[in-house]
Amino acid sequence: MHHLSAREAQHLKPASFIRKHIFSLDHKVIGKQYYVLALVAALIGMVLSWLMRIHLAWTNYPIPSLHLLSANGAPGNVMTPEYYLQLMTMHATIMVFFVLTTAPFAAFGNYFLPIQVGAEDMPFPHFNMMSFWLTFSSLLVLMSSFFVADGPTLGGWTQYAPLSAVGSASGPGQGTGVVLWATAIGLFCIGQLLGSLNFITTTLDMRTKGMSMWRLPITVWAWFITSVMGLTAFAVLMPACILLILDHVAGTSFFVASGLVLNDQLLPHSGGSTLLWQHLFWFFGHPEVYIAIVPGVGIVSHVLIANMRRPMLSHRVLIYSMGALAVLSYMVYGHHMFVSGMNPVSSLAFSFPTLVITIPSTIIVVIWMGSIYGSKLRINTASLFALGFVSMFISGGVSGFFLAQPSIDIMLHATYFVVGHFHLVMGVAAIFGIFSGTYFWFPKMFGRMMSETLGKIHFWLTFVGSYCIFMPFHYLGIAGNVRRYQAFVDDYTQPLIPLHRFITVAAILTGLAQLIFLYNLIHSRFWGKIAPDNPWEATTLEWSTPTTPPPHNNFGDKLPEVFHDPYQYGVESSVGDYVMQASPEKVKSAHDEA
Amino acid sequence: MATTVHEPPRIEERRDRPRVISDSGNGGPGTLVPASGDFLAVKDYSPSPSSTAIWVLLASITMTFAAFTSALIVRQGSSLDWRHLSLPRILYFNTLLLLASSFTLEVARRQVGDYMREQRNGNAHAARWLYITLILGLLFVTGQYLAWLQLRAQGLFMATNPSSSFFYVLTAAHALHVLGGLGGLTRVIRKFNRSTLRKTTLDATSHYWHFMDALWVYLMLLLWIKL
Repeated sequence: MHHLSAREAQHLKPASFIRKHIFSLDHKVIGKQYYVLALVAALIGMVLSWLMRIHLAWTNYPIPSLHLLSANGAPGNVMTPEYYLQLMTMHATIMVFFVLTTAPFAAFGNYFLPIQVGAEDMPFPHFNMMSFWLTFSSLLVLMSSFFVADGPTLGGWTQYAPLSAVGSASGPGQGTGVVLWATAIGLFCIGQLLGSLNFITTTLDMRTKGMSMWRLPITVWAWFITSVMGLTAFAVLMPACILLILDHVAGTSFFVASGLVLNDQLLPHSGGSTLLWQHLFWFFGHPEVYIAIVPGVGIVSHVLIANMRRPMLSHRVLIYSMGALAVLSYMVYGHHMFVSGMNPVSSLAFSFPTLVITIPSTIIVVIWMGSIYGSKLRINTASLFALGFVSMFISGGVSGFFLAQPSIDIMLHATYFVVGHFHLVMGVAAIFGIFSGTYFWFPKMFGRMMSETLGKIHFWLTFVGSYCIFMPFHYLGIAGNVRRYQAFVDDYTQPLIPLHRFITVAAILTGLAQLIFLYNLIHSRFWGKIAPDNPWEATTLEWSTPTTPPPHNNFGDKLPEVFHDPYQYGVESSVGDYVMQASPEKVKSAHDEA
Repeated sequence: MATTVHEPPRIEERRDRPRVISDSGNGGPGTLVPASGDFLAVKDYSPSPSSTAIWVLLASITMTFAAFTSALIVRQGSSLDWRHLSLPRILYFNTLLLLASSFTLEVARRQVGDYMREQRNGNAHAARWLYITLILGLLFVTGQYLAWLQLRAQGLFMATNPSSSFFYVLTAAHALHVLGGLGGLTRVIRKFNRSTLRKTTLDATSHYWHFMDALWVYLMLLLWIKL
């Protein structure tokens, strides 16, 4: 077949260092590049959060060397209020885009999706390479805003208009900072669109012989559903960013209302719609939450199944539920705008699907719990982090029930309650998914085992630490502690300061615990125990590669043929209690749902 | 215009012909049912990646222009400063050019298809239609540029009024996508002349081109009604 020979030509093993490790077309290298990018971004984001937490707990306490970060944001090493907001904006942007979207979706998806469907690569490797380098450039553009005169934007990751669209009249960083921010996000959107294009076509068209859609592992389904969401959501954010940039550089008035007076200046803009930005942003923003979490749902399900030694109660219902999350995620975005002066009828219209979306979420959780119940779960770091994910997803999700109702949300919206909610359900849960995936797949990616002892220490410190940080946020919120403030000087917030200090200490200690992970990652990469081909006795195709790590074309001369559903565990076979997808051995007990 | 080719381009097998089951198992209805499997028949049908990719791409472009459209409607509804502008006349001529280019591309696609199936000798005809399409596309983009010049001559700039802002943004976004399509067409012509063109590449490119055409007609209606 001619078109295969063309593809094989792309698959000649690259010879030069640059083609092999930098401008690589190999999905595995690109996956690892994304992973490293996310790791670096996570470290930056974490350090920024430390600075903010220290400032919140001990306001006006000089943080040594802070002036190195900004020329005028920290006179005498004490953070200015504006600089606090700039750090907050950058922390959120970096974490949401470059960690939560990048690691579970782009990094693991790139590495494992083609292998799990039994393909030798993605169909468009050049797009794939461009996708990574656009994301990388995007991070560079975003970080460059630390080095412009008045620093990065302070508008928050949501960049609400009109303050994001009127230039430096609304504060430091609101001129060049916003333009750089919007440019970075625009580039990021194009990168994700190219990535989604590859993910969708790989899943639909590159499956190997015998790999029907229902035989795809849950991870592939999760990445597939996520890429469909990404395709539509990022395609809306990009035009929004273009219009925002035009308001800055071309003098248009898309988002700035007329007659706006800022700092005693009448702005020349006329007649724009400030709510327009919110609509465009949250149409992207809410699916984005699911873009961050659905890959994690896939990864932990995959890890749990291999460690429970039995499939989920229902493979199909789990996948349908993820699909339902994706569809509903477009109908609920208005719940972010309950306090925008929205018509109460519209609030109700957005509240209803928001409550409905808890149904598929609950189904997923019930399937997890029911499947774990009574199983002899193998306890290792990967499965511990998967359990941690379930725990965080529930804890963070429960507060969503409250916030889904406009009458309660109006009270809690601007408080730390919301901060606690989204950090647990989207941030920490997704990061637990990343950790779970890392401990599970590291042996395949690098051919060496990670230290289990260090891994378990890392898990317990992170698990307890995360709860210590984010649970008190809910309490603070109910006590009325407003969010986005850089200092708490009101009488009613004074008694809450000790709790803020507790959170800060917990954040620093939990952050330090991540150094154990970093050490484990780097040490195991070079000096870890050599990994066998299938250390977890798992069934899916990534464990059937001829070598570990997989060879350049994944499966050597011949692509595998698939004979079974992905998760044939708890059966009798010649190798133990499982039958691999690529093994022609017959399975006696039928787990086949397909 | 086209170079002489001594052997027909590589032909992708038609789907309705029986095909050899390849070891790669990559795509195609024949390859997905395992010879030795004893499970329910697997009925997945997978087309070639580029035919899927083009629909995925078009879906995302549709979302982008849907976002622009909703922005236009919201912006117009929320303000009192909207001034109507009359569209430059050249746009109607440009529309005709683009419609004609879709027609010529379709002729080219059929001729290339016939040629690939060896029902027709010589590829000069097909190549000629591809070149005509390319020229019509270039003329369209030039025409759009002339439309901007006409607006500028009337003193209507990007920031003059929201209606002119949207005019420039929508036409520029569309023109950029058309330029992408021209890049795709150039690639098709180059591959055709080198006898390495695959039918799926040509089909994907022409789907994209026709979509740009339909998108432009939609934008014309939108601009005509709203601006």
